[in-house]
Amino acid sequence: MSTRKAFAVATCVIVLGGCAGAATRETSNLGRAATPAEIAGWDISIAPDGRGLPQGAGTAAQGALVYAQKCQACHGEKGVGGPNDRLAGGQGTLASKTPVRTVGSYWPYATTVFDYVRRAMPFLQPLSMTDSEVYAVTAYLLNLNGIIGEQDVMNAETLPKVRMPNRDNFILVQPWKPRGQ
Amino acid sequence: MRVRRRRFNDVPDPAGNGLLDRRVFLKGGAGALTAGAFMAFASSDAKAAPGEAPAGMKVPGAPLSLYGSPATFEREVTRTLIRSQPGTTGAGASRTPLEALEGIITPSGLHFERHHNGVPTIDPAQHQLLVHGMVARPLIFTVAALSRYPMESRIHFLECSGNSAVMFGTTPPAQTCGQTHGLVSCSEWTGVPLRLLLAEAGVDPRADWILAEGADAAAMSRSVPMAKAMDDALLALYQNGERLRPENGYPVRLFLPGYEGNMSVKWLRRIKVTDTPTMTKDETSKYTDLQADGKSLMFTYPMEVKSVITRPAPGLKMTGPGLYELSGIAWSGRGKIRRVEVSADGGQTWAETALSAPVLAYALTRFRIAWKWNGAPTVLKSRATDDAGRVQPTRDEFIAQNGANAIYHYHAIQAWRVESNGEVKNVYA
Ligand code: HEC
Repeated sequence: MSTRKAFAVATCVIVLGGCAGAATRETSNLGRAATPAEIAGWDISIAPDGRGLPQGAGTAAQGALVYAQKCQACHGEKGVGGPNDRLAGGQGTLASKTPVRTVGSYWPYATTVFDYVRRAMPFLQPLSMTDSEVYAVTAYLLNLNGIIGEQDVMNAETLPKVRMPNRDNFILVQPWKPRGQ
Repeated sequence: MRVRRRRFNDVPDPAGNGLLDRRVFLKGGAGALTAGAFMAFASSDAKAAPGEAPAGMKVPGAPLSLYGSPATFEREVTRTLIRSQPGTTGAGASRTPLEALEGIITPSGLHFERHHNGVPTIDPAQHQLLVHGMVARPLIFTVAALSRYPMESRIHFLECSGNSAVMFGTTPPAQTCGQTHGLVSCSEWTGVPLRLLLAEAGVDPRADWILAEGADAAAMSRSVPMAKAMDDALLALYQNGERLRPENGYPVRLFLPGYEGNMSVKWLRRIKVTDTPTMTKDETSKYTDLQADGKSLMFTYPMEVKSVITRPAPGLKMTGPGLYELSGIAWSGRGKIRRVEVSADGGQTWAETALSAPVLAYALTRFRIAWKWNGAPTVLKSRATDDAGRVQPTRDEFIAQNGANAIYHYHAIQAWRVESNGEVKNVYA
């Protein structure tokens, strides 16, 4: 008997047996229920409107310290001149022959900085920073790029409100619009 | 009506400079000409004396083995051009040596790699996949559980959207074919349709997207439209018949037929059902296509129609005038390949090639055509058309349309210059 037939036959048996729910097709049902606590530990992604941002807070002034200790060796002083990706400058270059894409010149959402730095940086110790350290170093990168002030506090409230300079220069090929806009 | 078996010399040449009817080898006429050969490696001087049995016939051969590997004489056939971000070893790419391979299946060990922070070591007994977000029942699946679901097997290419990016540059690269175009490979992928798990979790009808996340040190993550997730997305567990290779996402990866490679998230640990895209780093900072006017195209998912002649190609050398079979691969992220044409005179005249079965949607398709090389320098090109009617543009057309800074989704017609000494070079022509 083919797999497809086997599943079809199983469906009839269950339907006749009055199985609970509106199942019209047999399923394997081999997943176990995930608890809220499990999900909370697992879910590290941040939506562009800020959903998912954790508690904690930081300023660029605090972030300067984090950056010097944990980032500068690879990304250079003030985000420029390191062996790895440049993190500052480049605004006004995107339509030129030699565009410089950075957090400041290119990234459309500030929430992405928090999401990415927390999950992937520092490169050799990802997921090692506290949420407040991530807020602080995110604030530092935004301040380096002239987007927020040195004492502006970044937290779950304020970060999603930061307007990135290049935000409107992405053409969505898939039809999708941010909700409420 | 009796079909007259035409002799080789009766077959009209379909295009200039020696391109022969695509059926010429089948008609048995090719024997009339001396077939040329491609050289990838130097032949050894030591040969058995004429008439003497080769050494391997006089002693027992090597023992049986647990897991086979390629002939030692093929040890030069490896992934190529391994590059990683400065100071790192696993944030970069290695490429498939296309010019050394035939058919449409890439050996698993030669499948290209693109990782953002190395290959994690994952014990399948420990690995779990969480499906949550806008669902009625958040669920956790073990690999053993996934392995009990009904599976599908499909042959699909995977192409990094940055494949061939070097071709945006102002001078053609002095690289082998695989070094330039080898961020594409093709395998048989077997696994569980994602829609089965989403149905079990019960997706909220307002959810238009999912986020897929990997269990690597980059926690690689991409948003995928729900329509694709419910259509042909696969949770792949097997590649070419065996469990996935570590560098291809062991023990489970997402596979999205036709879409740019990095969306097929490897080492899959989490699917979050969402109402909007998450706007991860690798769908904003990277993998968006910057146009000449400073605007960027976002969510450019399908890989475009593309082809490349892999024999002859840079990395191989022609060994004198005579009859050759030109061979290459074509593919499209929008469906099947309908036609591949080849030119042996720099694009003035084109001949239709024979497509080798099977011709499958979202898979590499092998094309072949006989070519009688007269030994003079010339330029070879291939041009693919898919079943959506999309045709590969010339490089000039492509750059005029997309600018020179898009980095991703390069798919223009490739020109190879054959020199009179048999060398093959990448040229902008
Ligand atoms: C050991 C070197 C290293 C250290 C230390 C490091 N990074 Fe990185 N960073 C990298 C590499 C390599 C990449 C590129 C990763 C990739 O290819 O996906 C990167 C990428 C980034 C990016 C994305 C750049 C872009 O425009 O796409 C950001 C933002 C970033 N790092 C921030 C940080 C921050 C903040 C820290 C400190 C907390 C840090 N990095 C520490 C090596 C490093």
